[in-house]
Amino acid sequence: GNRAAQPGTTQRAEGDDSLYPIAVLIDELRNEDVQLRLNSIKKLSTIALALGVERTRTELLPFLTDTIYDEDEVLLALAEQLGSFTVLVGGPEFVHCLLPPLESLATVEETVVRDKAVESLQKISQEHSPVDLEVHFVPLVKRLASGDWFTSRTSACGLFSVCYPRVSSTVKAEIRQHFRTLCSDDTPMVRRAASSKLGEFAKVLELDYVKSDIIPLFTALASDEQDSVRLLAVEAGVSIATLLPQEDLEDLVMPTLRQAAEDKSWRVRYMVADKFSELQKAVGPEITKNDLVPAFQNLLKDCEAEVRTAAANKVKVFCESLPEDSRETIIMTHILPCVKELVSDTNQHVKSALASVIMGLSTILGKDNTVEHLLPLFLVQLKDEYPEVRLNIISNLDCVNEVIGIRQLSQSLLPAIVELAEDAKWRVRLAIIEYMPLLAGQLGVEFFDEKLNSLCMAWLIDHVYAIREAATCNLMKLVEKFGAEWAQNTIVPKVLGMANDSNYLHRMTTLFCINALSEVCGQEITTKHMLPVVLKMSTDQVANVRFNVARCLQKIGPVLDSSALQADVKPVLEKLATDQDMDVKYFALEAISGMYPFISLTFQHISSQKHFNSPLYCFFFSFSPCCLGYRRLHCVIVKFFKHYLWMSCIYFIYSCIYLFIWSTCTFLKGSSDAHFPQVDMIL
Amino acid sequence: CLSGIATVTKEGGGNDVQWCFSQVKGAIDDDVAEADIISTVEFNHSGELLATGDKGGRVVIFQQETENKSQPQCRSEYNVYSTFQSHEPEFDYLKSLEIEEKINKIRWLPQKNAAQFLLSTNDKTIKLWKISERDKRPEGYNLKEEDGRYRDAATITTLRVPVFRPMDLMVEASPRRVFANGHTYHINSISVNSDNETYLSADDLRINLWHLEITDRSFNVVDIKPANMEELTEVITAAEFHPHQCNTFVYSSSKGTIRLCDMRASALCDKHSKLFEEPEDPSNRSFFSEIISSISDVKFSHNGRYMMTRDYLSVKIWDLNMENRPVETYQVHEYLRSKLCSLYENDCIFDKFECCWNGNDSVVMTGSYNNFFRMLDRSQRRDVTLEASRESCKPRQVLKPRRVCAGGKRKKDEISVDSLDFNKKILHTAWHPQENIIAVATTNNLYIFQEKVN
Repeated sequence: GNRAAQPGTTQRAEGDDSLYPIAVLIDELRNEDVQLRLNSIKKLSTIALALGVERTRTELLPFLTDTIYDEDEVLLALAEQLGSFTVLVGGPEFVHCLLPPLESLATVEETVVRDKAVESLQKISQEHSPVDLEVHFVPLVKRLASGDWFTSRTSACGLFSVCYPRVSSTVKAEIRQHFRTLCSDDTPMVRRAASSKLGEFAKVLELDYVKSDIIPLFTALASDEQDSVRLLAVEAGVSIATLLPQEDLEDLVMPTLRQAAEDKSWRVRYMVADKFSELQKAVGPEITKNDLVPAFQNLLKDCEAEVRTAAANKVKVFCESLPEDSRETIIMTHILPCVKELVSDTNQHVKSALASVIMGLSTILGKDNTVEHLLPLFLVQLKDEYPEVRLNIISNLDCVNEVIGIRQLSQSLLPAIVELAEDAKWRVRLAIIEYMPLLAGQLGVEFFDEKLNSLCMAWLIDHVYAIREAATCNLMKLVEKFGAEWAQNTIVPKVLGMANDSNYLHRMTTLFCINALSEVCGQEITTKHMLPVVLKMSTDQVANVRFNVARCLQKIGPVLDSSALQADVKPVLEKLATDQDMDVKYFALEAISGMYPFISLTFQHISSQKHFNSPLYCFFFSFSPCCLGYRRLHCVIVKFFKHYLWMSCIYFIYSCIYLFIWSTCTFLKGSSDAHFPQVDMIL
Repeated sequence: CLSGIATVTKEGGGNDVQWCFSQVKGAIDDDVAEADIISTVEFNHSGELLATGDKGGRVVIFQQETENKSQPQCRSEYNVYSTFQSHEPEFDYLKSLEIEEKINKIRWLPQKNAAQFLLSTNDKTIKLWKISERDKRPEGYNLKEEDGRYRDAATITTLRVPVFRPMDLMVEASPRRVFANGHTYHINSISVNSDNETYLSADDLRINLWHLEITDRSFNVVDIKPANMEELTEVITAAEFHPHQCNTFVYSSSKGTIRLCDMRASALCDKHSKLFEEPEDPSNRSFFSEIISSISDVKFSHNGRYMMTRDYLSVKIWDLNMENRPVETYQVHEYLRSKLCSLYENDCIFDKFECCWNGNDSVVMTGSYNNFFRMLDRSQRRDVTLEASRESCKPRQVLKPRRVCAGGKRKKDEISVDSLDFNKKILHTAWHPQENIIAVATTNNLYIFQEKVN
């Protein structure tokens, strides 16, 4: 490393080995393969280190400045790398050398690349000395701000705030002027960029300038002709509000924000709803009481469903952050009536947004109010026609459980759960399964056994695999909750009973359940109850069941005791390893190699029966395109191969002889193709 | 408002312009390869570039040569700048449908940096293309010579960093985004929003709103598909964004109506905010009324105050503030009214003619049959028929007005309706956004005409 860092001093007549990898990296900077270019760019620091600071500045950076024609992902990686390149160009003294490549990256058309370049520029701006900042960085910002194309002007918007605090007051005035200009740019793209950076810029300005400069800009952007600009001003308004003293808010910010909350464009109102809790925090309790409460009511009653959805999402947070002294009154008299209307909204997204937060109100309102006012709403939502609404209620039961106990709800809960459990859409069924462990925990074991257990078992024979899979996982979580004894009494018998089902898919579900349950049930149940069933299934007529037996045995192996492993499991696996079916054999061999790494004899026994299984033979075959199917077999065998390197020598000789005979035969027969079907048959 | 237009047209020249031949692009043979048929023509916002799309899925871009001071008459020469295959024929295996590669529309994006961007679409998939120039290339490898021969690794004593050197200008077209799977029916229009970040795409029954940087999501803003397809009475034929108001767009229907939607009012624009419709004249009612009233193109004027619609026989200009009737109506080829029956039989009645505005909205242009195209001057209420033909292909030859005999006795220089060639139609035309330069697509040729300079 050190030697390579200064190649000028270490030039020798013969080639330098340490240069070679770097040379490859440099060459690959312009490889035709994007992936290789990307790899090289990601190792740019290695290249720079090898070149030394001087050559990095004079050769590498000029080259990188010109590479802006590359693919986005390469440019993105480059922009990111350059942000932490200061040391590699010689430290803060030379950090300005990084500006040209980043400047060109800040003008490309891809937003992600530009943003990353701006991020890196922001980062390295901190490494400039105050003098360098004015001599190098600020001119760059000005160049970008007055660039011909809007891409460069949008990038400039993000750079004002990082240089402003560290420059002289004359330059500060210039920067403010540039920002003002961009706020009234011709293209909406630039105005949007300015609008979205307004809050950030306001934070670094002196309070007087916030009032004299930022407020007019904010007002102008918030009444821009394009709603895409106006909606970004909302967020800026929130940031500005946090900067101003309380007494100025009413005059300077509130008129504009009030106007935004009633904007003609729903997208602007949506933005207000979306930023409502931040806004609430920024303006403080008094304005919240007087202005925000009526505004929030309006948003909850908005004519556009998207706005109502956004507002409904904020109901809980808004109520939580209301000033404590008047919280309950405001909720009961102003918010709750609107919420009641939303419960029967025409739009499902509004209702489901509400359902995901409404339960949270119970902790704020306390037991009595919850029972009297909220409970009826929960019950309505539990019967909603859209499953998503019901699911959202069910998934948030924990809040209400703490306040009034779930028993109050259980009578309505059960039909809702049953209906969801039998919904025609499998994704809905999947969602409710995922809430089962949570519900079981809250409803208790008795209620569960009585009402929900049968549902959980029914899912095991669902006709959609994803549901059966989730159902097995669900069982595991239930056992974790209720314990092994409960499992043995309730679910294990049912699961094992399915092993005799006429449908092989159900028989396989038994195996999957055992896979999932063995560990949580422990050694005793697994050995005593589950293992016999699994072993019995090894003679199943369906190959899929048999190879799943092999997989299952491998899975539950660690739970079993060693005597069972030797006495019961091993013979079965050995038998499966000689199965007619290729896949069964594959998984049996894999299980053997995973569980019994020292039973070499078993393998020898198998391979001597069929000499085609010799590793090298298969190895050879695995490369032959007609025998791709044997690759998996080959994998298993290669594992052995690694374990028993010494044996491989024997095999090698063995295989060479075989290959020789085989190729001679082929040669004599005149066609190699004719030989493969025979091998197929034997294998 | 009319006086306002008049003052503008004095500068623009309007119909006083004498059009002369400038260039013709495309093969001269008479037998036309299907793939070579031009399916769309579009100038970019500066007029410096002109793009055409064809049935073979190709996009050809022409660039205006930089002005030559010694020969001012040559200023509008357009030469090939870039050619690329935008779409390939595909097969939808789920629906057993072939998807043609034909380019239905091209729209240029406002210029955002030194490169140019355009959207091109076939029936199903919209693509965003970047057309960029490159005049430098890196030179110098460590491990091989410039010609590709490998060097002996042992001889490497120093590292070489590649250096960019000038090279011949190369124009590259690269696909930047593919907006697929947004449409079940055939896309007929795309239009870029003035907010520069979204665009709309319309098919027969739906209009989707896309963000230019997001390909996996689009918002459906209009859906006129009835629950029962047997109740279907109209389809969307064209759609366009307002040139300045980012929240406003219009779409036209096969019933001859235009709906204006305000995206501020709600996220779904199923309810229009304005409906432009002219009451039908009962005396003109016939079997073909509904077919010929179908709107084939709608275009906002550059100033955003008016919009123009093209139906089979006429061009109408609407004031956005007046919904009940157009402010101007121009007959394009009224003489065909008596021939509708035979035009129906040869399917010509379903031809979709497009229309365009000149740079200052004083003149509009649209195509007709027999390689005729029409210039309609709004202020002087004058119109002229011109022909794009091989016969008038001499440099700077002035185009002579053509007349079609509408019945009665045929005068000298007039062409009888019966001798019109309905296979030669001009569907696609484009007008340079600032200058009097027009591009007119006949079947497989692109004609460029310009104002005669004295």
